[in-house]
Amino acid sequence: MANMVNLKINNIPVTVPEGSTILEAAREAHIEIPTLCYLKDVSCVGSCRMCLVEATGARGLVAACVYPVSEGMEVKTNTEKCRKSRKMTLELMLSKHKKECLACERAGNCELQRLSTEYGCDPNYFEGEELSTPLDLSAPYVVRDRDKCINCNRCVAACKKQAVGAIGPIGRGYAVHVGSAFEMSLMESVCVGCGQCIVACPVGALKERTTVDEVWAALADPTKKVAFFTAPSVRATLGEAFGLPVGTNVEGKMVAAIRRLAPDYVFNMDVTADLTIMEEASELLNRIQTGKPMPMFTSCCPAWVKFVEQKHPEMIPHLSTCKSPQEMFGGLLKSYWCEKNGVDPKDLFVVSVIPCTAKKYECHRPEMNGEVDAAITTRELARMLKTAGIKLTELPEEEFDDPFATCSGGGTIFGATGGVMEAALRVAAKMLDGKFEVVDFPEVRGTSPIKEATYNVAGHTVRVAVASGLANAETIIKQLESGEKQYDFIEIMACPGGCVNGGGQPTLPDSIRNTADLKSLRAQALYSSDKDNKLRRSSDSPVMDLLYNDYFGAPNSHKAHEILHTSYHEDKRI
Amino acid sequence: MEHCAACGTPEQAAALKAVIEGSRSTPGCLMHILQEAQGIYGFLPIGVQKTIAEGLGISLSEVYGVVTFYSQFSLKPKGKHRISMCLGTACYVKGADKVLEAIEKEIGIKCGECTEDGLFSIDSCRCVGACGLAPVMMVGDEVYGRLTPDSVKTILEGYKKEEA
Repeated sequence: MANMVNLKINNIPVTVPEGSTILEAAREAHIEIPTLCYLKDVSCVGSCRMCLVEATGARGLVAACVYPVSEGMEVKTNTEKCRKSRKMTLELMLSKHKKECLACERAGNCELQRLSTEYGCDPNYFEGEELSTPLDLSAPYVVRDRDKCINCNRCVAACKKQAVGAIGPIGRGYAVHVGSAFEMSLMESVCVGCGQCIVACPVGALKERTTVDEVWAALADPTKKVAFFTAPSVRATLGEAFGLPVGTNVEGKMVAAIRRLAPDYVFNMDVTADLTIMEEASELLNRIQTGKPMPMFTSCCPAWVKFVEQKHPEMIPHLSTCKSPQEMFGGLLKSYWCEKNGVDPKDLFVVSVIPCTAKKYECHRPEMNGEVDAAITTRELARMLKTAGIKLTELPEEEFDDPFATCSGGGTIFGATGGVMEAALRVAAKMLDGKFEVVDFPEVRGTSPIKEATYNVAGHTVRVAVASGLANAETIIKQLESGEKQYDFIEIMACPGGCVNGGGQPTLPDSIRNTADLKSLRAQALYSSDKDNKLRRSSDSPVMDLLYNDYFGAPNSHKAHEILHTSYHEDKRI
Repeated sequence: MEHCAACGTPEQAAALKAVIEGSRSTPGCLMHILQEAQGIYGFLPIGVQKTIAEGLGISLSEVYGVVTFYSQFSLKPKGKHRISMCLGTACYVKGADKVLEAIEKEIGIKCGECTEDGLFSIDSCRCVGACGLAPVMMVGDEVYGRLTPDSVKTILEGYKKEEA
């Protein structure tokens, strides 16, 4: 057990393990110290000076987020000196902040705004330089507004943590700003579009490139049929944007709410998650049997795919050729569904609701043929619902539209790290051994960065690994290349914790992000739904029977390859 | 953006590789490598920075962040004759700003730039330790003191003649 240290914070005695910071100790004493550049699990550098406190034995004020506690220390977090210092720090930040607060997307959910209000700041106390840096609109998934940036570098830390490093601080002093090397635009840089920078940003300097206007236009167009479908993890997070506790599954209310936007159909993307599993499990067995490149990596995460194409093109033959569930759905609607319903694909406007910003980029990939017309994030959907005056929490629960309503539990857990692997194992094991009935694979669950397991089914040994967060994917690639590890099947999700923690998910205040385990709570909503579902295996879903009997014939058939599979290309960046 | 292939020789590439290999295991080696690289190439173009980033297993944006933090590192090539005008306190109060203006006018480029023919580049610096001679400039390793806008013109004309 760690040595314990006794100290007093604002005269309240508190005992914490040696090595704790003042910020951590204050939390134990239920005292909130304001922070801006600090973000749990992402950034802790002590640079913004918001968390300055008085501590005995220290010269001047110290940054609570990095200053270690010591025996007998007395800390004061709320003296006039602290308050004055913080207020001045905030006013200096405000002096060069683009104060578009009335209509900023982060209004009401902005850490700078909240603290400025709490500290009674005069936003014009210091007259800063008039800024008018153009927005970075180069990428179809993110917009960067440098003039709102407060240089807290949380986005930089998030990007570095993803082993991408597309952005960093540039220059010095007053001229310092966040950007890509040689002032490249985000699209030219090594950015993979995961959007972790957006959810790390405490202000409105980073946001998704919205396509909400296109969706409104399609909804208003009498010549268009509009079909929405929602990704597995959206139901686990949409409630947060309406004040519900983290981890509330709002599937039925979400369907009801979208239906009140008056599209023609509301479908369930979990169906194509099941379809992905049918195709991917078959592809895996086929690779094993025919000696094709092994191990096989999952390909449902477009940020991961972009990462491979840019940084590890040597791994392209190892990527499953399956499209992501989003693109499978787009393809399915514009082929099968249009044929069955006598609709010209040009008259169908497909909207996917996704937890992700990379999927906005994915639907622009040329090989996807524009099958998804607009991909909107959970945040954008919440905004649409609020604009339309739809009160999610007060709505009854409704069902998705047929024929894409019923899914297996395997399709639902796609939204959490380990979920794709578990869903695939359920089906692959059954394909290898018809009598195999186990559907729970707890070894691949949970939010550990890398999970490993070995299974023996019908004389086959299958070694699997699951990683979320691209830095962990990088570790796995290195271990494979050095020969240190051998696997057969590897699931990668770019965002730590998987899609439930995606770059398009609701931005929660630091007070929640720094204290709650979002990844686990949100994932729990999906695993509970899986547990309650009578259909656990993707292959048990009647929709899979329908699709394969009616259209595709069998997994990996010629037709399936045409509509449900894709190819990848090296895209080396500077 | 200058690429390494366009700006470097095989000898320079080999020298850079040797520097990276020799220092990569030392924590905090980036600054040292950048200094050496600037010594080899005269400046730090994108290709050089990319080579360093790959050699150290860090991102290009991290390298670029350090390069742009320190004014001693240059993203632009330097001239054959590197003019360095001191803008330290002593020189400044003795009218160094006027002298710098005269240099810029005479050479036809701004401070921080390099002439198209690659002969001259102008930079400012802070104190060369010759305050008694203020205002002072250096051209290469040569120090010139007690400058005036007129005298600096004569000095630079000398360099121009030498090249003609």
